Amino acid sequence: MEKRNHNNRHVELPNFCHLGVNLRIALTVEAALIAGVVARVADSRAFYTEFIALSALAQPALLLTLLALCAAGRWLRSLDYAVGMGMTLLLGTLVPVLATFWLGPLLGGQQDLSLTAVALFALAVGAVLLGYFNLRARALSPAITEARLQALQARIRPHFLFNSLNAVLSLVRSDPRRAERALEDLAELFRALMSDARQLVPLADEVQLTRAYLELEQLRLGDRLVVEWHVEKMPADALIPPLLIQPLVENAVYHGIEPQREPGEISLNIYRSADRVHIVVKNPVATEPSHHKGNRLALENIRERLMLHFDLDATLKSEPLGAVYQVHISLPYTREHTQSAAARPHRR
Amino acid sequence: MNTPSPLPRVLIVDDEAPARRRLREVLEDCAAERPVEVVGEADNGLDAMQQIEQTRPDIVLLDIRMPSMDGIECAQHLQKLERPPAIIFSTAYDAYACQAFELNAVDYLLKPVRAERLVRALAKAHPLAADALARLRQAHPKTRSHLSVNEKGRIVLIPVEDVLYLKAELKYVTVRTAAREYLIEDSLVRLEEELGERFTRIHRNCLVANSRIREIGKLPGEDDGHFLRLDGLDERLAVSRRQYSILREKFKS
Repeated sequence: MEKRNHNNRHVELPNFCHLGVNLRIALTVEAALIAGVVARVADSRAFYTEFIALSALAQPALLLTLLALCAAGRWLRSLDYAVGMGMTLLLGTLVPVLATFWLGPLLGGQQDLSLTAVALFALAVGAVLLGYFNLRARALSPAITEARLQALQARIRPHFLFNSLNAVLSLVRSDPRRAERALEDLAELFRALMSDARQLVPLADEVQLTRAYLELEQLRLGDRLVVEWHVEKMPADALIPPLLIQPLVENAVYHGIEPQREPGEISLNIYRSADRVHIVVKNPVATEPSHHKGNRLALENIRERLMLHFDLDATLKSEPLGAVYQVHISLPYTREHTQSAAARPHRR
Repeated sequence: MNTPSPLPRVLIVDDEAPARRRLREVLEDCAAERPVEVVGEADNGLDAMQQIEQTRPDIVLLDIRMPSMDGIECAQHLQKLERPPAIIFSTAYDAYACQAFELNAVDYLLKPVRAERLVRALAKAHPLAADALARLRQAHPKTRSHLSVNEKGRIVLIPVEDVLYLKAELKYVTVRTAAREYLIEDSLVRLEEELGERFTRIHRNCLVANSRIREIGKLPGEDDGHFLRLDGLDERLAVSRRQYSILREKFKS
């Protein structure tokens, strides 16, 4: 039996290697442990001794379970959903029981824990967690997330659109070729803006798009905009949410270049380190009062989209470093084959 | 036929070179209907002020969003001229400002600019009223970068960052910089509202620049009389009892 939501996408088991998933499991187990201990003891001092004694066994067991689930994750998710649930539950019970069996005696064995009690505890917590992950997958993966993603799809600033059109018009008579190129860039930008917000896109596409965008800004701002690219080491095939970098750069131009008369430099640094992709965008901090205060919307928007795509596995840090404002995004390195083979509209 | 009156003289102000070029082109297109003489271009408000004083154009096509000094502030300073030029604002997109333009019957152009629209705007162009500008400022809030005063027919701009203190006199406010003093027609309350981030009130009649405070001291003899000294100025400014405690809170370090 296949479970599908109304958008015809699978409800899947969570990826047990993801930090966010691990964190949720660990917190639930700890909460259940605390609740169990509270039910058994009379006063707070007894609570601490009991909890510490129990933790000596429970923490390694939890850790081993998480490791086992992560290791078996790919296999579990390849199974039919119901079977996968069953196997997950089995694994989630078996590992703690075995851990108790092997580790219990090693740890002094002052616990009166029967293997049955451990099994029942693991089974109960496991069932609750699977139920939770099922609900979460249903709530997040279908229409809601997609609608949310569409709504969050970065929007072009109208100011930029009209100024760009104006710049193109100024070229039509004097430099028709350049005007043509600018219109092509504009078309590319709009195609991306109207594209499917759910699909991840190759990093190379997004970089190309950002270049088209910067071409247009260069037209308007001329010498005031200096761009420094460091992308020689970027993993071109890494998959990232669409319109992740362009809005960052748009923000950098808006806050760092436009309010200044003097030329300013925007630098983009994209590289891979181990299994993570890093994107660093820097712009000068405007010394003149900026035209619009408190425009953190673009960053919040990107942060939320990263959250919807990668949960806790992606981070966005923004901070002023002296005269430079830096935004640093770090996200897991995934490639095409790790994603479902769904046809992705090809973008150049 | 009458003697031909001289053509209206126009100054183009926009921070983007393509936008200035485009305006020149459209002005040429309109030449048959409404010929004008373009006397210059400026890429920011400060430069525009200078050129306007030199070339005295009749009409200024003024972009709103520019570095250094934006269009609205520029127009506000121009008010100090005896015969301010007519101003036509231009903007690419600015929902609030456009609403304010409509409400205050201020003419404006939306970029990209159409020839017909430009012809109409040139025909109607007129100097702006001070209160209309003040309302535009509200719709497009930004603290001014300069204070201005008309001295012998010329506008003197005083960068706000150069100001050490502002002191209210009877009808005027004294503006003190390291170099000299100016008298401007304004109210201290209004200035405090606008520049409150940079300046602190130390007395009923005095605001000082936060970054220039050198020392706060006690006057000898009196019980709780205090004074304050600013960088580059020997003058001792009186601190009122009330403001002293506020001042100490603010600058604990």
